[in-house]
Amino acid sequence: MRIVVCIKQVPDTSEVKINPETGALVREGVPSIINPFDMHAIEAALSIKEQLGSSAACSVCVLTMGPPQAESALREAVSFGVDEAALVSGREFAGGDTLATSRALSAAISKIGADIIICGKQAIDGDTAQVGPEVAEFLDIPHISYVKKISGISEAVIRAERMMDDGHDVVEAELPCLITVVRELNTPRLPSLKGKMAAKKIEIKKLGLADLGVSEEEAGFKGSPTQVKKIFTPSARTGRRMAEGSIEEQVDAIIKELVERKCL
Amino acid sequence: MDYFLSEEQLMIKDLARQIAVEKVVPVREELDEKEEFPWEIMKALAQSDLFGLFIPEEYGGLGKGAFELALAVEELSKACVGVATTYAANALGTYPLLLFGTDEQKKKYLPDIAAGKKLVAFGLTEANAGSDAGGIQTTARADGDYYVLNGTKQWITNGGEAEIYTVIAITDKTKGARGASAFVVEKGTPGFTFGKKEHKMGIRASATRELVFEDCKIPKANIIAREGMGFIVAMKTLDNSRAGVGAQGVGVAQGAIDEALKFARQRVQFGHPIISFQAIQHMLADMATETEAARALVYAAARYIDSGAKDVTRASAMAKLFATDVAMRVTTNAVQVMGGSGYMKEYPVEKMMRDAKILQIYEGTNQIQRNVIAQALIKESAAASKGK
Repeated sequence: MRIVVCIKQVPDTSEVKINPETGALVREGVPSIINPFDMHAIEAALSIKEQLGSSAACSVCVLTMGPPQAESALREAVSFGVDEAALVSGREFAGGDTLATSRALSAAISKIGADIIICGKQAIDGDTAQVGPEVAEFLDIPHISYVKKISGISEAVIRAERMMDDGHDVVEAELPCLITVVRELNTPRLPSLKGKMAAKKIEIKKLGLADLGVSEEEAGFKGSPTQVKKIFTPSARTGRRMAEGSIEEQVDAIIKELVERKCL
Repeated sequence: MDYFLSEEQLMIKDLARQIAVEKVVPVREELDEKEEFPWEIMKALAQSDLFGLFIPEEYGGLGKGAFELALAVEELSKACVGVATTYAANALGTYPLLLFGTDEQKKKYLPDIAAGKKLVAFGLTEANAGSDAGGIQTTARADGDYYVLNGTKQWITNGGEAEIYTVIAITDKTKGARGASAFVVEKGTPGFTFGKKEHKMGIRASATRELVFEDCKIPKANIIAREGMGFIVAMKTLDNSRAGVGAQGVGVAQGAIDEALKFARQRVQFGHPIISFQAIQHMLADMATETEAARALVYAAARYIDSGAKDVTRASAMAKLFATDVAMRVTTNAVQVMGGSGYMKEYPVEKMMRDAKILQIYEGTNQIQRNVIAQALIKESAAASKGK
């Protein structure tokens, strides 16, 4: 059994500020972290590995696309117990939208080989939730998104609970299969000492354009049909008024106002 | 202060700190209140490989020593001495096997201990054998291929929770101290049960219980070292573990200083933060200085143990004595700096003060440590004058 976990290094948004003039994230001095949802993906892979135990030789490879600094996210993943790490990197990949990104990642996964691919449901910087399912489409394999529980796994089949607005679906899919996971699935573990030591030494597999067999036109900015026109911070709404007086007076005033505005 | 830790030692310290901050601090008050054994935290420590720190690599550990163990214990103790005691008592129970066990015994027990799958406890103390370990009444009678144990061990840390027990019992009453032997007893052995669970002043998250042996038959192969070696096993075990108790003292003292400092910077009286008053400043300065001195001594003793030195009794006794007396003073003064707030359960320092007290008592009271140190001094002086 081979599991590939796709992760993304993102700015820690709890510490991020937005430049009001350009609308861009102010990244200077902001620590980079593994996308929090991806931490659950790593945990899922490691617990599958533990669950299968010695009955099936199982290895977990963590994969990311990003600048050379993204290596630190891969090394952190190794400190939790991941066996291998691969980095898709190169200038040509810069500025990619979800299509270009999933094309590159799926090419990398084909090269690495995988029975199960696990992604976080979305990245906290882009918030699209598209890359996981798109990777599955490129690979032409089934996917189960928003997985909150893995209820069964065998050599050939995975059964999982997919979170829905009104409960959950139980979905069974043949392997190879891709799943994207939500926070409810598990609690990510802390690193281990052996993991930390391995993380320091591990050789990270580097994959460039030529290794993936992706053309320059299909990668990065050139390969991205989605172009960002403008990023802006919505201006704060004005004209807010506070109702005054006793609770009853406030309620009366609000009802009157709502009726006047034909909301009631 | 920089103690020139290696990259791996820093890693160990950071990981222990991360567990302390993320897993221990949020629950310590509740564990203390409910006297609840910290299984969740033990699982996190196991998953992080910290149980294998001082166990050789060939038995599934990381092959580090007393120094690395002290670093981990110190970080955990900053957050909760109850949790740290559970962790450190595991090492205490393991030392007899590690120092005196046969290869077979090590192969059988150490990998599970290193992985944190099984906790260990050390059983020496009895109702009539505390500071005077010579008063042990638990017996082990040879009977064919077995030893038969009878007696009751008291105040055993990790009692009831641990799977593996290293126990000292008398094999030959006529030989006094040379008549004791060490054994390994597994939980679930017929005739081995647990008695009263104690309610304590501090370290309430740790389990303290009686071990009761009633015609408990264990295989002959479960003896550690040889018959008559029991006291040597116990003393060498304590020599190795006492530096760890010192590390607990350093940890809890540091934890209390951190709290007192934070509080004193915020608390305003007479129109100023109380940290601006010299009375408070001098208290904090003394607390920090004493704690740093304790840390230096504990680290030196632990490194001395790891150097393979033959006689570490005095060094580890000094580290235990000094660091735990410091811990008691510093935690008491942290409560004093924080005044009424410090006395309330809303802040963690009252617990730290309660927890610190045990460090002056267990693994040999500090009075016994002074005896041990003095005996070493006398021996050394006598040898020196003989040589003249």
